[in-house]
Amino acid sequence: MRLDVNAFLGAYPWRHVPGTSPDALVRAMNRAGIDVAWASYLPAVFWRRPMEGNAWLYAAVEREPRLRPVPAVHPGLPGWEASLAEAADHGAPAVRCDPTYYGLDPAGPEMRVLAAACGAAGVPLLMAVRLEDARQRHPADRAPELPAAAIRTLVRSDGDLRLIVTHGDRALIEEVHFGATPDEAARMWWDISWLWGPPEDHLATLVETVGAARLVFGTGQPLRLPEAAVAKLDLLDLAPEQRAAIEADNVRRGLA
Amino acid sequence: MLIDVHAHFYHDRTPRADWRERNASRLRAGERIGITIHVASMLGSWGRTSPVYFPSPADLSYANAALRALEREHPERIRGYVTVNPNDPAHARAEIARGLDAGMVGIKLAASRRANDPLLDPICALAAERGVPVLHHVWQHRRRDWPGQEASDAVELCALAARHPRVAFILAHLGGGGDWQHSLAALRDAANVYVDLSGSGVDGGMLEACLEAVGVDRLLWGTDLTMDTGWAKLRYLERLLAPAELERVKWKNAARIFPRGAFPAD
Repeated sequence: MRLDVNAFLGAYPWRHVPGTSPDALVRAMNRAGIDVAWASYLPAVFWRRPMEGNAWLYAAVEREPRLRPVPAVHPGLPGWEASLAEAADHGAPAVRCDPTYYGLDPAGPEMRVLAAACGAAGVPLLMAVRLEDARQRHPADRAPELPAAAIRTLVRSDGDLRLIVTHGDRALIEEVHFGATPDEAARMWWDISWLWGPPEDHLATLVETVGAARLVFGTGQPLRLPEAAVAKLDLLDLAPEQRAAIEADNVRRGLA
Repeated sequence: MLIDVHAHFYHDRTPRADWRERNASRLRAGERIGITIHVASMLGSWGRTSPVYFPSPADLSYANAALRALEREHPERIRGYVTVNPNDPAHARAEIARGLDAGMVGIKLAASRRANDPLLDPICALAAERGVPVLHHVWQHRRRDWPGQEASDAVELCALAARHPRVAFILAHLGGGGDWQHSLAALRDAANVYVDLSGSGVDGGMLEACLEAVGVDRLLWGTDLTMDTGWAKLRYLERLLAPAELERVKWKNAARIFPRGAFPAD
């Protein structure tokens, strides 16, 4: 079983990306041996009202049982509480928020209220550190990357919040994980999409230090080839239970 | 057969205390991926005693010698680029001659001088004379100066390539950061510039765009610092290309531009 917590549907505004339809995403999943993908609606990340994309997302994944919706919640807009409730009604495994793209302070009052609401509702909150390599972003694509300090602030702000952070690199993960109490650290999961595998030791080190229990399989597809996340696991000598934990079991145990 | 045209190793005078482990890790990963030959460079002291992209002559001589020593340890798996800094032309030419005479198979230029600078001409003349390719570090669409390097972009490399039509140039790590679409647009008509697919970038659509822009005969497979991303691109190409086309990207295109006898199947 391989579950991708970090997939997208819909067009990317900054360049042409092929394979953004639900059918194409499933074909890519078949290619990379991915059974289930948590999908966000990519265009809405850039919309003034990101929650307007949720209806499309729910309809799209309803036709494809291997896709699960990760709808957007913008805590600075009226009606966001209803969007959070709606996510639970649709069985969403998580909701996403991209505060730097929304123009919100990522550790500000709106985000802390959202963290508390997600904690109370038992819905994990998914946040991306970045979507693309900073060196290649479109000149007009200027949203800051999600800072480690904001992640620490959010996880400390509510004792029930569960956070999934995608596209984080080794330094950010270490900074947040070791800047957290054991209880806080146990409520954060990191996807492997932005971690370097062999010959560098970033992923291998995190498996040893942060622990395989904190890592989840994520690809960032179709912005990134999903084969990369699989390849970095294939290059590591992981115990079968560690690999299974990363590929699906951690989600089933802590985030289902 | 699979040739990695963009590999790196470390030596004992780099900042990496784990340099032996990293070298061994690269070779182990290469075995798992199925890499036949790692064509590698060492960028001076990798920042320890001179900057990575502005390596001193002394650091370059030491690193090139260290790479030759590593080649001797693994003659069936490693080939070397001679890395030089064109700001010291006499040293660069002497180092190239020494390296190629000792069996190295190409020239590596980092980011010590822009690719279109006349200082690179004598180096390229030597490449033409000796029949070796030039792997040039490139920032895909440099829109400003970045600290630590005098990075070139594809337009500048193409200007150099136009002055040296007998030399095969390798545009480094298309997936290594920056706007690769800009590079591909610049390369369309530069027949002697090849695209090295390496780099940490695994963008959806990049490989299709490469094929559309320069065709399968100017694509070279490679990894650079991250090998998982190289393997991912290879796995995707296996679905994208016909078997005969895939063989060209995996090794036949490289065998065409490196000196005859550089690789086992030549």
